[in-house]
Amino acid sequence: MDFPPPVAAERSVVWEPTGDGRRVISLADSHILLWDLQESSSQAVLAGSASLEGKGQLKFTAGRWSPHHTCTQVATANDTTIRGWDTRSMSQIYCIENAHGQLVRDLDFNPNKQYYLASCGDDCKVKFWDTRNVTEPVKTLEEHSHWVWSVRYNHSHDQLVLTGSSDSRVILSNMVSISSEPFGHLVDDDDLSDQEERRPEEKSQEPPQDSVIATYEEHEDSVYAVDWSSADPWLFASLSYDGRLVINRVPRALKYHILL
Amino acid sequence: MAAVAAGPGPGSGPGDSPEGPEAEAPERRRKAHGMLKLYYGLSEGEAAGRPSGSDPLDPTDLNGAHFDPEVYLDKLRRECPLAQLMDSETDMVRQIRALDSDMQTLVYENYNKFISATDTIRKMKNDFRKMEDEMDRLATNMAVITDFSARISATLQDRHERITKLAGVHALLRKLQFLFELPSRLTKCVELGAYGQAVRYQGRARAVLQQYQHLPSFRAIQDDCQVITARLAQQLRQRFREGGSGAPEQAECVELLLALGEPAEELCEEFLAHARGRLEAELRSLEAELGPSPPAPDVLEFTDRGGSGFVGGLCQVASAYQELFAAQGPAGAEKLAAFARELGGRYFALVERRLAQEQGGGDNSLLVRALDRFHRRLRAPGALLAAAGLAEAATEIVERVARERLGHHLQGLRSAFLGCLTDVRQALAAPRLAGKEGPGLAELLANVASSILSHIKASLAAVHLFTAKEVSFSNKPYFRGEFCSQGVREGLIVGFIRSMCQTAQSFCDSPGEKGGATPPALLLLLSRLCLDYETATISYILTLTDEQFLVQDQSPVTPVSTLCAEARETARRLLTHYVKVQGLVISQMLRKSVETRDWLSTLEPRNVRAVMKRVVEDTTAIDVQVGLLYEEGVRKAQSSDSSKRTFSVYSSSRQQGRYAPSYTPSAPMDTNLLSNIQKLFSERIDVFSPVEFNKVSVLTGIIKISLKTLLECVRLRTFGRFGLQQVQVDCHFLQLYLWRFVADEELVHLLLDEVVASAALRCPDPVPMEPSVVEVICERG
Repeated sequence: MDFPPPVAAERSVVWEPTGDGRRVISLADSHILLWDLQESSSQAVLAGSASLEGKGQLKFTAGRWSPHHTCTQVATANDTTIRGWDTRSMSQIYCIENAHGQLVRDLDFNPNKQYYLASCGDDCKVKFWDTRNVTEPVKTLEEHSHWVWSVRYNHSHDQLVLTGSSDSRVILSNMVSISSEPFGHLVDDDDLSDQEERRPEEKSQEPPQDSVIATYEEHEDSVYAVDWSSADPWLFASLSYDGRLVINRVPRALKYHILL
Repeated sequence: MAAVAAGPGPGSGPGDSPEGPEAEAPERRRKAHGMLKLYYGLSEGEAAGRPSGSDPLDPTDLNGAHFDPEVYLDKLRRECPLAQLMDSETDMVRQIRALDSDMQTLVYENYNKFISATDTIRKMKNDFRKMEDEMDRLATNMAVITDFSARISATLQDRHERITKLAGVHALLRKLQFLFELPSRLTKCVELGAYGQAVRYQGRARAVLQQYQHLPSFRAIQDDCQVITARLAQQLRQRFREGGSGAPEQAECVELLLALGEPAEELCEEFLAHARGRLEAELRSLEAELGPSPPAPDVLEFTDRGGSGFVGGLCQVASAYQELFAAQGPAGAEKLAAFARELGGRYFALVERRLAQEQGGGDNSLLVRALDRFHRRLRAPGALLAAAGLAEAATEIVERVARERLGHHLQGLRSAFLGCLTDVRQALAAPRLAGKEGPGLAELLANVASSILSHIKASLAAVHLFTAKEVSFSNKPYFRGEFCSQGVREGLIVGFIRSMCQTAQSFCDSPGEKGGATPPALLLLLSRLCLDYETATISYILTLTDEQFLVQDQSPVTPVSTLCAEARETARRLLTHYVKVQGLVISQMLRKSVETRDWLSTLEPRNVRAVMKRVVEDTTAIDVQVGLLYEEGVRKAQSSDSSKRTFSVYSSSRQQGRYAPSYTPSAPMDTNLLSNIQKLFSERIDVFSPVEFNKVSVLTGIIKISLKTLLECVRLRTFGRFGLQQVQVDCHFLQLYLWRFVADEELVHLLLDEVVASAALRCPDPVPMEPSVVEVICERG
């Protein structure tokens, strides 16, 4: 399958997360292009495009397709700004100015909560946004000591957030307070209420606290990508500059805590 | 022998005659003698005139009182021989003769005296007889006189009674005359305005008239009097109501009216109503002064006027009231208290309005003096009207004003601090515009510090006026305790230091992380300021405060150490932020330079790129800037190697040799391996790590950030052969000039090696430049 010759250097290409996988967006410098891949044809058809206008050279640095709203929303980052796009009209829906102090490196949508968006950037911070109210981040993490290159929600348990940074660390955080799962598994609690020895434990863990679960320091150089396994929700991998791919599991205790 | 003549004289009268026949009872006789002696108060020894050693009762003692001639003779006869008897007989005869002659001599000597005494007695007898006759005559005369007198008084008795009766009638008539004349007198008095006289007359007559009112004539008088009295009361009331006269006159009117028996309740009401009118007029005039228009008199004058006008009036009213209506008891006092409370409240409201106008002003001494007057003035009525609680209310107002002043001063200090910051900003911005050197940072810092300190001192001095001894309210518990500890120390000083720290910290949190909002030099300056506060100024200021305001209150106060810790934390955050901002500035420069260049088609390097020179220049500038305010700090021992300081060819080439292997044209795998092994032995570099308070640490932080950025940017690009060589040259250049700024030059080497290695990895044709050529280019550039 061919694409027409690019107008500018492609920054990234993102597939439609659900559906029949026929649509792809690509980010090229200041343009966002929506492609329709037709099976019958070997040619990709440009279904829509939009471009940034403003002074200076504006370049997209990251893009992400929202899995909600039947995949009609795309979020992009350029410099310190995060923008949301409607793919039907290719028009901007929201804009978070100065989302980060410096360049925004990566974005990810919460797979279970439709308006929640995580972003990370060169100011060493990871921020969580509610796209309905873009004036203030919902939550900010400052655990890394250098640029954060990648942020990923766990596909099924969205309190688990993975970040990779050029300080060579991967950090797994437990963002209970803004996850889609109810605090402390209220339903489960009722079932377990007769088991006396469990009660104090459960009690002591409430109220839930956002916390760093683990910091992985296996990498010797900057970590540029992290992602969750699509098969096993407790497995994740990280890749660093020196070519090292590290696969880790969510700590067992936490896993049981989330499951039980 | 004299004793014989005198001694038995008194005793021998009764005892001489029965001596002979009663010889058988000598005991009784002796007893009687003893009793007589006892009567005459003579001891027996004394009476005998002999030493008490010999027995006075010895009957054989010739001179003794109990001498018994028979016994004596018996004894002599029995005991003595004849010769001795004879001797004693002659002796006795001789003695008797001597005695006889003595007696004769005495009689002869005193004979004349006996005769004259006898003559005198005879004459006296004659005189007394004459006198007796005269006395008899006198008695007779007296009896006659008594008789006459009785007769006269009997005659006059009748007349005397009539005179007494007449005198009584006369007095009664005079009283009656007074009563009959009373109406006219009263009228006259009323006409003349001698109300006091009139009331006195009336008072005198009232009881009598009351008593005899059943008699028609008296009734008429009483009626007349009542009419006149009513008129009098009317006039008095009139005068009272007109009220033009002062409080004392009014008080007099009321007193007279009370004497006229007017109902006290009503008078009391009316009196208060009048007083209210007057005081309200005072209040109105005060209010008028307060006015909406600005030309109000100064606050001292205002409180003075209020004090003398209103408070003085209130005092007069209160004292007059208490004198006049003392009989009213607690209800009257309550009424007065309510009256004072209400008017006092209005007065306070006015004073507070006036004081509120003063809040903005800066002159504390005037305010304190005004408050002092105000407070002092209200003490008198406070004592008079304890129930109205005016003094408490006044104290409360003073306290509130003091509190507000503290707030005002805190605000003033804050704005002074902000003003200082603005000045600093301007000073920092100015030289860039004018293109010449402005005042140095150290100077600015000193200016800011001294200006803040002087502001603090001025505020302390101003606030201190509130606790001056001569100020009447300074001994109130609030001013002795809470004001000093909670108000001044905690509220003002600690509050200010805290707010200073907060203001400073807010520069760290400003969203303008891109560095535009706050000039970095300001951050640096503030950081140093906070650090100075931590080390010295805070404890100095607090000691000063504690000295000036001897804190007696035991309430907990913020310890110096807590404040110091806060200041230190602020200083640390500011410095870290400074590092971030400066690092970011250089990072941006480096990033732009890497991102905007087309590295694939670049020409063979001839020069160090200008941006690198700029980076070194900026770093040097930062070094100078930081050096103005912070100490040098400690480098790792190896950097003190003098050979490196001289940029000798040797040292450069040695460095060259050290990282040469990383970009020798070998297989990429080797490079990778080498770099990995190298990293295994080097420490992980924490890029945005907290900094210490010294120049080296600050510079290290900035350089770390910059080089890490360079590294990350290089990794995103693809390099041609010459591109790689350019990076090589640039890195060597940076290495030449940056090592001296950092604590551990190994760090610079490591990062720059990493940059070159990364560039080599991103290069399809990695042919490095000869180290000697690199050196030459760098030396030249």
